Amino acid sequence: MNQLLNFQLLKWLLVSLAAVLATHTPNLPVWVIIASIGFGTWRFLMDKYRWPFPKIWLLLPITLLICVGIVFTFKGFFGRDASLSLLMVMCSLKLLETKNIRDYMLVIVMAYFLVGNLFLFSQTITTFGLSIPPLLLLTATLIHISYKNADKPKPIIFYLKLAGQLLLQAVPVMLILFVLFPRIPGPLWGLPQDANSGMSGLGDSLQFGNISNLTKNSAIAFRVQFKGAAPEQSQLYWRGPVLWHQEDRSWTMSSNKIGLQTESLKVFGKRIQYTMTLEPHNRLWMLMLDMPTLIPHDANLTHDYSMIAEKPIRTRLRYDATSFSSYQLGVNLGERERLLNLQINEGENPRTVQLAKSWQGLSAPDKINTALQRFRQLPFVYTLKPPILGNNPVDDFLFNTKRGFCEHYATSFVYLMRAAGVPARIITGYQGGEYNPNGSYYIVRQSDAHAWAEVWLANKGWLRIDPTAAVSPERIENGINDSLDETDELPLMARADYPWLKKAYLNWDSVNNSWNQWILGYDDKKQLDFLKKLSGKNMSLQEMLMWMIGIIALILGLTAYFLIRKQKAKLNPAQRLYAQYLKLLKRAGLTPRNGETTSDFATRASKNLPNQKTQILDIAQRYNVITYSQSPNPELLQDLAQCIKQLNIPKQS
Amino acid sequence: MQNTIQAILRATSQIILGKERQVKLSLTCLLAGGHLLIEDVPGMGKTTLANTLAQVLGLSFRRTQFTSDLLPADIIGVSIFDLNTSNFQFHAGPIFTNILLADEINRATPKTQSALLEAMEEHQVTVDGSTHLLSQPFFVIATQNPKHHIGTFALPESQLDRFLMCITLGYPDALSERALLKNQGGRANAGSIQAVCDVESLLKLQRLVNQVHVSDALLDYLQALIQHTRTQTAEGLSPRAGLGLRQCAQAWALIDGRNFVTPEDVQAVLPSVVAHRLAQESDVAKQILEQVAIP
Repeated sequence: MNQLLNFQLLKWLLVSLAAVLATHTPNLPVWVIIASIGFGTWRFLMDKYRWPFPKIWLLLPITLLICVGIVFTFKGFFGRDASLSLLMVMCSLKLLETKNIRDYMLVIVMAYFLVGNLFLFSQTITTFGLSIPPLLLLTATLIHISYKNADKPKPIIFYLKLAGQLLLQAVPVMLILFVLFPRIPGPLWGLPQDANSGMSGLGDSLQFGNISNLTKNSAIAFRVQFKGAAPEQSQLYWRGPVLWHQEDRSWTMSSNKIGLQTESLKVFGKRIQYTMTLEPHNRLWMLMLDMPTLIPHDANLTHDYSMIAEKPIRTRLRYDATSFSSYQLGVNLGERERLLNLQINEGENPRTVQLAKSWQGLSAPDKINTALQRFRQLPFVYTLKPPILGNNPVDDFLFNTKRGFCEHYATSFVYLMRAAGVPARIITGYQGGEYNPNGSYYIVRQSDAHAWAEVWLANKGWLRIDPTAAVSPERIENGINDSLDETDELPLMARADYPWLKKAYLNWDSVNNSWNQWILGYDDKKQLDFLKKLSGKNMSLQEMLMWMIGIIALILGLTAYFLIRKQKAKLNPAQRLYAQYLKLLKRAGLTPRNGETTSDFATRASKNLPNQKTQILDIAQRYNVITYSQSPNPELLQDLAQCIKQLNIPKQS
Repeated sequence: MQNTIQAILRATSQIILGKERQVKLSLTCLLAGGHLLIEDVPGMGKTTLANTLAQVLGLSFRRTQFTSDLLPADIIGVSIFDLNTSNFQFHAGPIFTNILLADEINRATPKTQSALLEAMEEHQVTVDGSTHLLSQPFFVIATQNPKHHIGTFALPESQLDRFLMCITLGYPDALSERALLKNQGGRANAGSIQAVCDVESLLKLQRLVNQVHVSDALLDYLQALIQHTRTQTAEGLSPRAGLGLRQCAQAWALIDGRNFVTPEDVQAVLPSVVAHRLAQESDVAKQILEQVAIP
């Protein structure tokens, strides 16, 4: 291979690999990145200064060292992250022994695979966008290989343009594969455990600080689209886990659920229908608007009306649900349930217990009002940065610090109620949401996480009481950004300043939402629905495959047909006959050289085939006359065909 | 007509022994209406070839030996004051002829060279405000010694472009050399040559050249060749060169007795037409022909 082109090709390969490495940087340990850059640089210098290729006694220890490094970093070879790191660093190490075209191809194919691996980490539009430049560069490098024998190097733009064209030409096939490739319910293979680390969301217990930590997280928890008018902001309580059991500082779900009877539910008023798109959070909760009636078929309602999935939610989940804002829940409370909802640990928070006891004479609703009144009148402050609470946290909060977040208000209120003999429990979930006019849906973030209380009153059942609303009504009316002062750290996206940024963000989110719905959410059910709309009937797996293969074959066939026709259309009848003649002579191992004229070729050929001399020279002469003379005799064409027919050329063995 | 052409070739080849191809190329050049440059070391028969052609074609012939002190007026002519008529009288120079042999053109100064080359292009000269038409047909056969010879002024590219063809004669083969040594050809016998043609038939032949058919397929090939020189070599061929190439191919086809041009004709004349215009490498023409496919 031409030395100059070889170096040129190497530069292309290195740049493409660098692009692949760049897109993967967040997914790789630092030493893998450094090692990969190191091997690439080494290879570059090797070509520049004509260093020899490293010998096996050098490469072998390096390989072993890398393996040890991988095992040490990831505690093994398996799993997504370890495999990716191993592949990346080995791919760049392979550079040190890429000598011929086969090696180049190997590295390029490996790099394509690495680009595909990007989607194991994230499937957002951004990831998709990021995967394009490496693909373009790799394809350009591939093109470069097939141009290695060109006279002189072509400009960079030539390769990039051709690569772009090729990628664009692949789009129809990609679309057909996307639409028709049979989707299997659930992921094709189990994602390794480490794929789900780092998902955030509501926990199944509540401690001081849980939710205020979540509040700093602007990640999207879910998106909701209402069918018809949406309820008011203050009614958007998204019900999550219901916490019954108090122990020290934490509240958990009822420890023993067996035998707890399902609470009765009566609903009134307007039906609210909506579609939820829940981001994966690796837990079972499926959030619903208070109070759910219709739930998706693969979910379960617990006895206390929180909805749980059958397995942890690790992929984006879309479901339809129905709720009512006016309801009567659990009018009849069993004795066991009543006791569970009055449980507090003996001997803790004496001042609180004492305060509750002082309300002995009051009715239950009055107790509630007194407690809420207390929150309103005393200088309670709603803040994300509450002070650290002492050994009796409820006492400390209610009587000393008076500064807290929704979890402080909810827990202390429920504690107070239980101490006063009113059954109460904590509900965690989200409150509010941000309306996105582009696409008209609500965005609910982790920062909208909330905790509130439910108390049980005779004949009325469970009533939702939000003590936070007593302290900071703005939190409930307007969302979290209005209820905090400047010093509280809220994620940028949850704040109200920078309206233009917000607007841009909402636009972007609406694009993301469509991407989620139509690209990532295109699962087996949607596929069946879509194909049913297209074909008018349910399609079986075999039919889908048949259609897919059929259409792709059709596209390729048509492309091939037009390419061949384009070439044939250039040939006139004489040229077609001449092509036949050339094919015959090829049998005898004779092909015209570039720039060799018909007559010169005929002379050369007739020397090799002396017994065909007259025919060959006749053909050349006739062909010349037909092609170059003015208005040749039409009979000459038949004459030429005749001559070619008479040509008798034995196959060369 | 074909007889005339064959007669011309035969007669010329009796004097210029073993150089059929060069003789044919020279005739091609003259029929195509262009000027011919013969480049070779002294003593190869350049002058003899020019002389013979003039005689065979029955044309008037003048010869000018170019030297470094030759002035433009020495070629074109000069106006002299006539005492009898008290008028300036134009005395025509050697350029007023059918065939002018400009011998060793590169020994003259650039000033003189340009005066000649201008006349070649315009087919007329202007002296003291009055324009004088040159005779028809008008050919210049210039000879030059290879550039590295001492005492020469190389012709610039712009002037080389005015010559339709540039050919070299080269040493004769053994057989022709022997015949030459036996005094069977060469300049000594040039006097015995009879004209086989006249001005009228020559002009008719020139008109016939333009009627030789050039098919689209051939134009494709010509364009591919020209384009190739423009993209793949340092200097491309000018449109004038492209036209010249076509005309030479037509003339070559006519001499071969065909009324259409084939790629072989183009290939036959191409080295002589393009080599002196692209100049740098000796086998540039060969490379072009090998690299451009025939459509």
